Amino acid sequence: MNKVLMSGNFVIGEAAIRAGCRFYAGYPITPQNELTEYMAEHIRNAEGGVFIQSESEIAAINMIAGASAAGIRVMTSSSSPGISLKQEGISSMAACELPGIIVNIMRGGPGLGNIRPSQGDYFQATRGGGHGDYRTIVLAPASGQELADLTMDAFDLADKYRTPVMILADGMMGQMMEPVIFKKPKPRHYNEKFMLRGAGDGKSKFIRGLLLDPIDSEEHNWKLFRKYEIIKKNEPRFEEHRIADAEAVIVAYGTAARIAKGAIKRLREHNLKLGLFRPISLWPFPEMQLRSLAAQVKKFIVFEMSTGQMLEDVRLALQGYADVEFHGRPGGAVPTPAELANVISKICDKRD
Amino acid sequence: MSKIVFQHPRSLKHNIFHYCPGCGHSIVHRITCEVIDEMGIRGITIGVPPAGCAVLAYNYFDVDMIEAPHGRGPAMASGIKRSLPDRVVFSYQGDGDLAAIGMAESFHAANRGENITIIFINNAVYGMTGGQMAPTTMLNQRTTTSPLGRKQQLDGYPVKVSEIFSKIGGATYIERCSVSSPLHVNKTKKAIKKAFQCQIDGLGFSMVEVLSMCPTNWKMSSVDSCKWIDDVLGKEFPLGVYKDEIAALQNEAEAPA
Repeated sequence: MNKVLMSGNFVIGEAAIRAGCRFYAGYPITPQNELTEYMAEHIRNAEGGVFIQSESEIAAINMIAGASAAGIRVMTSSSSPGISLKQEGISSMAACELPGIIVNIMRGGPGLGNIRPSQGDYFQATRGGGHGDYRTIVLAPASGQELADLTMDAFDLADKYRTPVMILADGMMGQMMEPVIFKKPKPRHYNEKFMLRGAGDGKSKFIRGLLLDPIDSEEHNWKLFRKYEIIKKNEPRFEEHRIADAEAVIVAYGTAARIAKGAIKRLREHNLKLGLFRPISLWPFPEMQLRSLAAQVKKFIVFEMSTGQMLEDVRLALQGYADVEFHGRPGGAVPTPAELANVISKICDKRD
Repeated sequence: MSKIVFQHPRSLKHNIFHYCPGCGHSIVHRITCEVIDEMGIRGITIGVPPAGCAVLAYNYFDVDMIEAPHGRGPAMASGIKRSLPDRVVFSYQGDGDLAAIGMAESFHAANRGENITIIFINNAVYGMTGGQMAPTTMLNQRTTTSPLGRKQQLDGYPVKVSEIFSKIGGATYIERCSVSSPLHVNKTKKAIKKAFQCQIDGLGFSMVEVLSMCPTNWKMSSVDSCKWIDDVLGKEFPLGVYKDEIAALQNEAEAPA
């Protein structure tokens, strides 16, 4: 297949349609509008494709929940404040075990914040976000190619585990153009018994999240927990970059990881042996993989476009086996590789 | 030869209703199931129960159902119907669900002309949570959150959903009924049947508002509750057809190009 040059938001839309997404609902919010617009134009060309511009993010997530229950591959997208509104529906989809893709093209927060790229929604994304004991799989692409690949994978994961999956990127990823090759999507495996399509001549079904009996509800929670444990075991994804001889390792995801790679290149020119550990799945966090690195590296520097959220997961993963430092820029400020290189060389000097 | 004139509807499960004595929900459940049976649509009907007393509707309706978060029924029903256009999709909602927290979802589903049916139970209170003031609570009506009666200066006015929805371009059929007497129950059943037929014919959004008794939270006997609908609630919310574009749309469809 040929390489095509597309902006990140378009890549997600195209990958979703190729992966068989046939229902999209969304509400305008910057910096993800191009994705909604792409879906408006292109999903209708696919057989059975439905686009609805919803009256709110709340309506959008419930529209995709309904279509998901009907057995359709579904997606919605938004940016930070809009994702807050969707949390009610995400919690509900997790409870009802409905697959679906939620794209968060993060912007500066809290509140309305601004429309600059940021990574302040890590906690919200990886801790469930809405109410109740649940998790969502969170994938954090760091290139146009990964936007395409992970979007397709997200649909397979959502079906496999019958759970909502979030693509967590930021305004930089959404707006940036890169060449992309779309891989061939896998055929869908989703059992019809989970679809609500009318009882026909048979027994009627219902899908619900309300379980008034505490013992029933407890069992449902444990059932979800067991599912999450399997996901934690099977689905961590990460990338290691120039780790082999590294004396210190930067831990960063998404746009921050790209900046970190630029900084590492500069630092290595000055004989500072830095490597990068990049979580690709933020939940499940590649905890064991990071911990095993602590056998060879004793200094980790977490870099985020926030005041330090993934930092907590890194500390939990390293369990004190190594030093953890942090550099971050919140609120939509995006540091340059040169700035990060400066900060890191100071951190490394401090140790020596 | 004997002929069956009355029996348990096929689409109504054999569970004992959890509703309070004198509540209107069980009546509306039953007549909706009768309509589903009479139209032979049990196998293609998908219902969306709300948050509220009717959240357990799936214990009674023997059709496929999915519970919606509070107020989001019309959004969910839109998603289902657009995905499966040949199914009959209805959202069953109370006054708080539809006219307060879910006003945006119901209003815009109507405005998009979603080919779904809303069965809207108006009993002027939040029933399940214990009788708080609803958007449709009458002026001066006492509830647990309007202990001195609803005051328009503080609490606004009863929201007239059928009147408002009748002005929405996308709405095809809007009728307000009641279940306060056998006559009205029969009228309500006819309205629900008409609404489902409107949907089956692909004519767009239909809603049947039903004034329904809540003796527990009105703190009245069942008989007095029926009387209160006729004498008081029905005056604020007059019964009748508020919009009916069915014939016009049918003519339009049949007219030569």
